[in-house]
Amino acid sequence: MLSRVANFLYWLNRYVERAENIARIIDVNLNFILDSDVSKNEQWEPLVLISGSKEYFFGKYGEATRENVINFLLFDTQYPSSIINCLSMARENATTVREIINIEMWEQINKFYMFAKKIAGKKLNIDNIHDFLEEVKINCHIFSGIQESTLSRGESWHFGRLGKMLECADQTSRIIDVKYFHILPSSASVGSNYDILQWAAILKSASGFEMYTKKYKLIRPDKILEFLILDKEFPRSINFCLHRANQCLHAISASSTDTYVNKAEQSLGALNSELAFSDIDTIVKTGLHEFIDSFQLKLIKVNRDISRKYFDMGEIQLTQQ
Amino acid sequence: MKFSNYKIENFYDEYFIDSNICREPVKLVVDKINRLAKGELLSRQKAAEKAFLNLGITFNVYSSKEGREKVFPFDIIPRVISGSEWDCLEKGLKQRIIALNLFINDIYSKKNIIKDRVIPEEIILSSNAYRPVCNEVKPPKNIWCHITGTDLIRDEKGQFYVLEDNLRCPSGISYVLESRQITKKTFPLLFESLKVRPVEDYPVHLFNMLKYISNKNPESSTVCLLTPGVYNSAYFEHSFLARQMGVELVEGRDLTVENNFVFMKTTKGLQRVDVLYRRIDDDFLDPKFFRHDSLLGVPGLIDAYKAGNIALANAPGTGIADDKAIYSYVPDIIKYYLNEDPIIPNVPTYICSNPKHLEYVISNIEKLVVKTVDGAGGYGMLIGPKSTKRQQKEFTEKLRANPRKYIAQPTIKLSRVPIMSRKSLEGRHVDLRPYIIYGEDVKVIPGGLTRVAFKKNSLVVNSSQGGGSKDTWVLSDSPKIGE
Repeated sequence: MLSRVANFLYWLNRYVERAENIARIIDVNLNFILDSDVSKNEQWEPLVLISGSKEYFFGKYGEATRENVINFLLFDTQYPSSIINCLSMARENATTVREIINIEMWEQINKFYMFAKKIAGKKLNIDNIHDFLEEVKINCHIFSGIQESTLSRGESWHFGRLGKMLECADQTSRIIDVKYFHILPSSASVGSNYDILQWAAILKSASGFEMYTKKYKLIRPDKILEFLILDKEFPRSINFCLHRANQCLHAISASSTDTYVNKAEQSLGALNSELAFSDIDTIVKTGLHEFIDSFQLKLIKVNRDISRKYFDMGEIQLTQQ
Repeated sequence: MKFSNYKIENFYDEYFIDSNICREPVKLVVDKINRLAKGELLSRQKAAEKAFLNLGITFNVYSSKEGREKVFPFDIIPRVISGSEWDCLEKGLKQRIIALNLFINDIYSKKNIIKDRVIPEEIILSSNAYRPVCNEVKPPKNIWCHITGTDLIRDEKGQFYVLEDNLRCPSGISYVLESRQITKKTFPLLFESLKVRPVEDYPVHLFNMLKYISNKNPESSTVCLLTPGVYNSAYFEHSFLARQMGVELVEGRDLTVENNFVFMKTTKGLQRVDVLYRRIDDDFLDPKFFRHDSLLGVPGLIDAYKAGNIALANAPGTGIADDKAIYSYVPDIIKYYLNEDPIIPNVPTYICSNPKHLEYVISNIEKLVVKTVDGAGGYGMLIGPKSTKRQQKEFTEKLRANPRKYIAQPTIKLSRVPIMSRKSLEGRHVDLRPYIIYGEDVKVIPGGLTRVAFKKNSLVVNSSQGGGSKDTWVLSDSPKIGE
């Protein structure tokens, strides 16, 4: 399959997954705030800090008010990962690979983008922000559902799936990171009612509340982290996503997951094993934020290795032939 | 909806000789339409329109306010051409394309036609489509114009003329194939009893030709279709043809040239490409040789082509025979290379770079159609009888400033075919674009794209200017009547 087409399918899925997760992150933050009595602006700054574009944000908006941050994450066309940009990019990609995917997938993306574009011009109050975020999540689910039930399990599927899984792993780590920035100045509140509520909100934003309580019953921070990072069965846990991504990568090269035949498989395999054989106590001891930082750096490397191997080949590939 | 009130007016009507007498080949069609229950024709038209929409048969209009994609307007009443009429056209088209191929080959090698003073040298050298880089290039099997879409028109006497030779990247064949699917469903019984000649094998002939021009073993050759991308007006057709032939649809950025070989970048590494059906104009093909700012092309492609490592269809440089000033010499070209008289005549053409012609054009501008020599798509032309004094003045200035850029022709009253207008059947002007594939032999697809000017009294049939299409039915010689 053409590298460009594989690249488009991979990013189409990443963009859709990213849009969904931005909606989730805003959602969790809105929940935090409703439950808290802390000064409002402090609560929105973490979202800017994990966005990767804080210089741009403060340069343009000045203050991290709720309105500014939400506008930035949803509709700022200059911020590459805003929902509106994710959808616009997803639609561009889908248009180019319209013959490879099926027409329903394209139509869904097209409708979804048109819907978001219409909302982008309007002023949102707190009620219709919730509605909008809900719509975004549902539309992303519809897209995944169509893909899941209609696309042949060939190379196209695996590249799309690979993108979706890596993006989901990345975004779950960001959702956890939001909590880090919300740790309160006074350690007294750790374990307080407020703290419990925050952890529950994190679970909910990852759509994991029910699955978690079924397994662990009680809200306990370390268990929640274990669930979101290491769980083998929860489909949004980092470990689960990496495991699936790894399978896709090996399906593409038709090689065994026991070993690696290229750099991309090596770096993803190593990261996957690192998590699979880790335990939550060690992670907490190293420091959660440090763990997430280092995880994200490794994920960037995985993405780079995949790109080099499959998407932008240069002269190196020719000499290998 | 019936033909009882149909008006022929002052034109050649391809359906009727007189208000009550229809022409022989369309007898069954007229009969069928007259016998349809009230509202039936309209509902079949609506069904056909819906099918077009669902199939996503669209074209892109540059700078259209309603967005990029438009559905191609289509009328279900077929345009019918008798078998004998067609056989004559087919002969004429083959003759023309063989002569033009010899001409292009000569122009880029010995240039005998210039030495023998049949065509003045400066008209070749001054053409924007002349590519000196192609001198001494030998394309595989000596074929230059692999795919041609010649535009034919009929005048008020019903005489066919060649209006334009489209030898670069003619488009429209996808509409022919898709409309055929739809008319077959619209008039199944009629279709069967008329024994309409099939067009469905076009992609097979296209693919066979592309393999035939490979420098490698045809069976193990990799063929790709090169498109400028989704924003191109004919993107639908590019992806349609790629799917029909089962070849990769590539963009310039998917290809790379290493050591004068062309490769496509795949997830399994670089894969050698042997034949490119390119739907990108010469200008954008290779930034090393043509337009340096082109991002659509492939740097080094022409080197690989000259080294004989890739076949390109159509070959770079064919545009020289597409220049509308050269067009006026085609009868001489046919005579020179084949020693035959042209079977299908040209429309008389005034070359504005000729001072005598220029003066004639300027003093008769209100009667003539003025076109740029390298134009396409109905852009930048003046139709004298339909123009204002101001437009005529503007064109006169343009003509004086750059006469080589223009030609003029008498305004031909194009023949008409009935279409379904809102409440009645009305005549509209049409042209015809048959498609010719030049491979191991020359194949002409029976019929082709009938383009219709849907606007009443309009003579412009281009899709970018409000034109639409009809299916073209070429009949076999002996229609089965009453069987």
